[in-house]
Amino acid sequence: MTTTQQLARPGSRTRTMSPRRRARLSRAIQYAVLLVVVAVVAIAADWERIGASLFNPTVARDMLPSLGQAMGNTIVYTIAAFAVGLSLGIVLALMKLSSVRVYRWIATAYIEFFRGIPALLVVLTVGFAVPIAFDVRISSLTAKVAIGLGMVSAAYIAETLRAGIQAVPKGQIEAARSLGMSHARTLAVVVIPQAFRIVLPPMTNEVILLTKDTSLVFLLGMTAAQYDLTKIGREALTSATGGLTGLFVVGACYLCLTIPLGLLARWLENRTGKARRA
Amino acid sequence: MTSASTAPTAPPAGPAGPVVAVAGLRKSFGEREVLRGIDLEVRAGEVVCIVGPSGSGKSTLLRCVNLLEQPTGGTIEVLGTEVTDPDVDLDLVRTHVGMVFQQFNLFTHRTVLDNCTIAQRGVLKRSRAEAERVAMANLERVGLADRANALPGQLSGGQQQRVAIARALSMDPQLMLFDEPTSALDPELVGDVLGVMRDLAEAGMTMLVVTHEMAFAREVGDRVVFMDDGVIVEEGPADEVISAPREERTRAFLQRVLDPTHANVAPRAE
Repeated sequence: MTTTQQLARPGSRTRTMSPRRRARLSRAIQYAVLLVVVAVVAIAADWERIGASLFNPTVARDMLPSLGQAMGNTIVYTIAAFAVGLSLGIVLALMKLSSVRVYRWIATAYIEFFRGIPALLVVLTVGFAVPIAFDVRISSLTAKVAIGLGMVSAAYIAETLRAGIQAVPKGQIEAARSLGMSHARTLAVVVIPQAFRIVLPPMTNEVILLTKDTSLVFLLGMTAAQYDLTKIGREALTSATGGLTGLFVVGACYLCLTIPLGLLARWLENRTGKARRA
Repeated sequence: MTSASTAPTAPPAGPAGPVVAVAGLRKSFGEREVLRGIDLEVRAGEVVCIVGPSGSGKSTLLRCVNLLEQPTGGTIEVLGTEVTDPDVDLDLVRTHVGMVFQQFNLFTHRTVLDNCTIAQRGVLKRSRAEAERVAMANLERVGLADRANALPGQLSGGQQQRVAIARALSMDPQLMLFDEPTSALDPELVGDVLGVMRDLAEAGMTMLVVTHEMAFAREVGDRVVFMDDGVIVEEGPADEVISAPREERTRAFLQRVLDPTHANVAPRAE
């Protein structure tokens, strides 16, 4: 092109607004919509009733003494279930990566099965059906919860681990093997440390999901000393005046557990992420 | 370089025998046969450069030598050990064969020094002090002793490749394999890596190098092997093959590589 010429899009001779101007207008509209929604909610809500029945301070105060123990129980159930889930998940992930075809089949079947059924069914089965079927008595409530929830989360953890291990670049393994490292040493020194970083964010997700799933412990029946957060919240519901306050209080407690977990994961990720940038 | 006395002993390489002896090597990926009967010998102290168009099978040949690829047929003898024999301890052979990759493949989660000591300690069972001494000597040799505590991601491509060479040398190898070591580098960084390789050749290292650097092959290589379509088309003294190729295919390839602007380009219609 030798002469200067106005640039024009094909088929749009009369464009009134430039794309950048339109983007700015679109942003302004989005802010306006948000403002309107907030205003409507604030005006429409009956704040007095919300205060009395959803955030009732007396009900919340009555709950305080038992909250500490309930939170402790929730944490114990979560850790126990994660321990089972991680151990079983590692075994399943290795089976899924095994060169023995039958192991791969078993792992796949397990994962598909336990991913597909509600955790509630598994917890009930471990709590009631297994003792009947095999004549074994699992006396500890924590053990029952850990086995039930652990069996479910193992399916997810196995998939996460497998994906993490397979995401380690093949060149890293070839480099290790070409230095004379054995298969096992390569796995321990190169593959697992690198897979750990890849696996960290989805694994945090898994722990958070597990934390919430421990609310299923009520299915197994428990004494007051074994109450978890959700059970405490449900108990508080019966105290007539407070409305849903009990659930809101334990909801806040769950957030107190899960948000720091997310922050911890992000911190770990940043710390180890420096090495990753190539 | 001295090695610790506790190191696994090298497979006995007969003083007269070749370091690498490939005979009738075949390799297929599924239906596609990428190596169709390769015979090649590398003697101690020799630098052999493998050149050829991409897809000719030269990298596969190199990777077969330390069995990163499992051959479909034929035999490979490395340092007097037949590595194609399933009873052979491959890890032991690989310990004595250094490999440098196109993509460096440094362990990204470990420092430069760790990269150079990790296998010395784990495989050769050297003490930390001994391993670090050897590693530092080799990092000195490639000019990167001052970056010992850096992570690979903080280095340029050329520096990473030199660390990869130091890592391989820290195992006191008797043979070094280079798989297109400069192909992933920015042009201005190629020289440093080739310089390290030249020094290594002058120090008497036995080297098998897959490369596109014809000037390097001519200057440093004792012998050049030209491959195309899974076979060795021509081989001989480096200068001879590059300056006066006998085969038409070699000539056509060299013309494309040495004078890329004029080969295979139709004259301008202006």
